[in-house]
Amino acid sequence: MIGRERMTVASQRLIAERTYELTLSGRLVQEMKQPGQFVHVKAAASADPLLRRPLSLCHIDHKQGQCTIIYRQEGKGTALLTQKQPGDVVDVLGPLGNGFPLEAAPAGGRALLVGGGIGVPPLYELAKQLTKRGVEVVSVLGFQTKAAVFYEEEFAAFGETYVATDDGSYGTAGRVTDVIEARSLEFDVLYACGPKPMLRALAERFPNRPVYLSLEERMGCGVGACFACVCHVPGSETAYKKICSDGPVFRAGEVVL
Amino acid sequence: MNRLAVELPGLSLKNPIMPASGCFGFGREYAKFYDLSVLGAIMIKATTKEPRFGNPTPRVAETPAGMLNAIGLQNPGLDKVLAEELPWLEQFDVPIIANIAGSTVEEYVEVAEAISKAPNVHALELNISCPNVKKGGIAFGTVPDVAAELTRLVKEVSAVPVYVKLSPNVADIVAMAKAIEQAGADGLTMINTLVGMRIDIKTGRPILANGTGGLSGPAVKPIAIRMIYEVSQAVSIPIIGMGGIQTAEDVLEFFYAGASAVAVGTANFVDPFVCPTIIAELPALLDGLGIGRISECIGRSWKTGAHAVHCRA
Repeated sequence: MIGRERMTVASQRLIAERTYELTLSGRLVQEMKQPGQFVHVKAAASADPLLRRPLSLCHIDHKQGQCTIIYRQEGKGTALLTQKQPGDVVDVLGPLGNGFPLEAAPAGGRALLVGGGIGVPPLYELAKQLTKRGVEVVSVLGFQTKAAVFYEEEFAAFGETYVATDDGSYGTAGRVTDVIEARSLEFDVLYACGPKPMLRALAERFPNRPVYLSLEERMGCGVGACFACVCHVPGSETAYKKICSDGPVFRAGEVVL
Repeated sequence: MNRLAVELPGLSLKNPIMPASGCFGFGREYAKFYDLSVLGAIMIKATTKEPRFGNPTPRVAETPAGMLNAIGLQNPGLDKVLAEELPWLEQFDVPIIANIAGSTVEEYVEVAEAISKAPNVHALELNISCPNVKKGGIAFGTVPDVAAELTRLVKEVSAVPVYVKLSPNVADIVAMAKAIEQAGADGLTMINTLVGMRIDIKTGRPILANGTGGLSGPAVKPIAIRMIYEVSQAVSIPIIGMGGIQTAEDVLEFFYAGASAVAVGTANFVDPFVCPTIIAELPALLDGLGIGRISECIGRSWKTGAHAVHCRA
């Protein structure tokens, strides 16, 4: 059930360059189930900035009643969000969208998780839930530079973890696909979240394999009403999927990237 | 006595609050949040004869206290709206205002005739003011003679009253409103979005794939108020006002300017519960101001001041 709640900030910390880890408490956490779902956050009560910000769920803790979001400070809305202190409230709508299909990974099988930049966070909850189901998790995380790297150790707790940086300042120099190639990483199912060129490269490299991609687009409403975040379906001029409500996770080939 | 009730051609509204076209889809998404029967009416998404995909993404960009959109009238097409969306909406006790658009006059007429016969459609909203489509839309809404002729033709075939949605992107909105009234329109809805643009300072390119988009949200409210204030004094058909409404206070301001009902657009995106919240808050606001029925407020800003302030330059 989608709900709206003024959630309480439990903690906030800077974990990498312009990258913040924000933990929120509230009853809405009990509605959050699937990794890859997102929340729509209003950074300020005022009309400027007006719209909510779609932010993916990184960690869901039903016992503590807390969820964690990792976001990058990009503009006015996220800058305001960085100022939230423990005890402050944040207006949250969610959980929204359909996340990664866990059942696509067979128990005893192997899942390859590929994240790019601020696309890494939703893979953390995915790694957690897959591991719980007896799926082996291998993670490849791509960042622009060393200062942007976060959660390497957290992912390593679930299994083999590789980091790539565009500028070669940390881990493997190059892209996530270079790591997959160089290490000949095998998988039963691949889950990815990150910039579109990265997702496109993965879809092209592994055609006819179970590849699930989480897409991002500028959104208005986050619930499917405004038609801002649509994408084409292959072979049709008029058929479409809404990233916010049909996605954000799609099987590769289901939508035009 | 239902103090929120208002009567408009074709529309006996239990309250004057309705979601604006293009901001509510066909109601399915918001039906997950609340019972749509609480609404005064619903203005459904613009319907064209054929399905439309709309413009490339990105289609939205934020502005101070507003947003730009360039959706491009994406919709599933007349047949699907008649077969699936309108019948689905029949489960709610709420009149539907069907927003119609077209690329040609013939298309407008065809869609108007067909959709106006649907049992729960109580009125049409003629969309001649969408700034985001190359054919149709605003092209019909910026020349008074063209808008009037289209209004006349749609009136001839429509089984329900016709409201015409005015564009603010014109030099003389009063002249446009008068031409449309003379052509037989039953009412006006105003305002549609204002053409605007944002540019990404990193790339130097427009943020919207379409280049320009329509500005909506609280930023446009003063423009809507001014235009409704002017038009409502110049015509005798009712106006459904819209443009940046977020609160019960905003609703009253639109009524004072001359609106007889209002539509809430962008605010639905910010708060899915905004329409029922406004409906719930209106009675207390009226009490606080010593107002019995909301319909008493229509045009109060110029009716009470005998010396109506003429603000046009």
